[in-house]
Amino acid sequence: MSDSILKTPEHTVPTAFTRAQLDWLPWLEPLAVDAMTPRHLASLVDAARVKSPYFRLLARDPDALEARTRTDKDIFYNPEGGLPRAERELAAAATSRFNGCLYCASVHARHAATYSKREDDVQRLLDAGVTADLGERWNAIVAASVALTATPSVFGPEHVERLRRAGLDDLAISDVLHAAAFFNWANRLMLSLGEPASV
Amino acid sequence: MSGTDADVIDALVGITPGSSLDAIRARRPEARAHAQATYQALFVPKDPGNVSASERFAVGAFVAGLHGATAVVAAYAARLASSSAPAALKEAVDTAVKKARTHGPYGSYTSGPLSREDTPGPVYRMEASTRRALGPRLAAAFEHAHMLVFHPRDAVPAALQALLDAGWTTTDIVTLSQIVAFLSFQIRVVTGLRTLAGRA
Repeated sequence: MSDSILKTPEHTVPTAFTRAQLDWLPWLEPLAVDAMTPRHLASLVDAARVKSPYFRLLARDPDALEARTRTDKDIFYNPEGGLPRAERELAAAATSRFNGCLYCASVHARHAATYSKREDDVQRLLDAGVTADLGERWNAIVAASVALTATPSVFGPEHVERLRRAGLDDLAISDVLHAAAFFNWANRLMLSLGEPASV
Repeated sequence: MSGTDADVIDALVGITPGSSLDAIRARRPEARAHAQATYQALFVPKDPGNVSASERFAVGAFVAGLHGATAVVAAYAARLASSSAPAALKEAVDTAVKKARTHGPYGSYTSGPLSREDTPGPVYRMEASTRRALGPRLAAAFEHAHMLVFHPRDAVPAALQALLDAGWTTTDIVTLSQIVAFLSFQIRVVTGLRTLAGRA
C-alpha cells in the first residue's frame, strides 16, 4: 500500500539542535529503487541519492525534484564571487534554527562549522538560538535570514544597510537572501514528510 | 504573468534586462533557470497527474495571500481565474486568506529542552461555508498549507492522513508539499530582491 502513513521504526527523537549526524525517517512511502524509471533516477541528479528515502519520496514528482536540486546547488555551491560558502551555510542554519528544523539545522550547521572553522559560534547559534551574539558580520547575516523567514516577511532596507556596513556587496546580499529563501523551501519538506532520528 | 515563458521572479521583482539585479541574477544562472523550471513543473506541468491546474493555482493564491505578498497574490489569482476555476472558488480563496492570516513561525517541539521555545498559535480549521465552496480536497489542502506556511514544526503524520482521507495520493501530497514549500522560497526571493533594489 503506497497510499498510507508509514509506521516509523523504533528510534530516538532528538530534543536539541545538534551538529551530530541525524537520520531522517519518512512518513510516506518513497519509491522503491527497483520501481524507479530512468526519469525518476535522473531527477535525483546525484546517483548516490538513490540511497536516500527523502529524495526517493520527492522523486514521485521528478520534474519538481530535479529543478529543486539544481536551484539548491547553484545557490550554495556556485563559487563565482558573492558570499563565501561558510556564510551561505550560516544563513541556511539560521533559517532552519528559526523555523525549528532539527534535521536541516544539523546538516548546515556542520557545513558552516567546517567551512568557517568557527565551531563555537555555530554551536552558540544552535544552543542559544538566532539572537546569539556571533560578531557583527554573522549577526547581520543571521538577522537578515530570520527577518526574511518570518511570515509575513519583516525584511527591510535596514537589513540591507546592515549587511552592506558588514562588508557584503549586492551579489553577497543576494546570496544571503537566496540561501535563507531556499531553506524556507527545504525546511517545510523535511519537517512535514518525515522526522529526524538520532543515530 | 505568462504561464510558461517569462521568468516569474524577474516579472514580480520588475527586473529589466541590463539592470543591476539582472546582472546579479545572471551570476547564478542555474538558480535563476531552475527556480523558473520549478515554477513550470509545479504550475504548468507536462504531466499534471491527479492535481488539476485549478487546484495548483488555488493553493498558490492562498499561500501568496497568507504571506501578504501583494504582487505575488495578484499574479497567482490571475492564473487561477484563467484556469477555468469558477468565480466561487476565487471568492472562497479570498475568504480563506482573510480568516487564516497570522504571523509565523510558531509551534511546539518534542518534549525536552526546546519546549521552553514552544510558541502557541492557531491551527486553521475553516468555516463550513468555505469548506463547501472549496470541496473536500482543496479544504484539506488549505488547512495543511496553513500549517506548512506558519507552523511547520507542528507537522505530524496525522496531517498527512487528513490529506489521504480527502483523496490526495502519496504522489499528490509530494506535489502539494512542493507547491507550498517552493512558494515559500519564491515569495521570499521576490521580497528580498525588491528590497535590495529599493522598491519594497
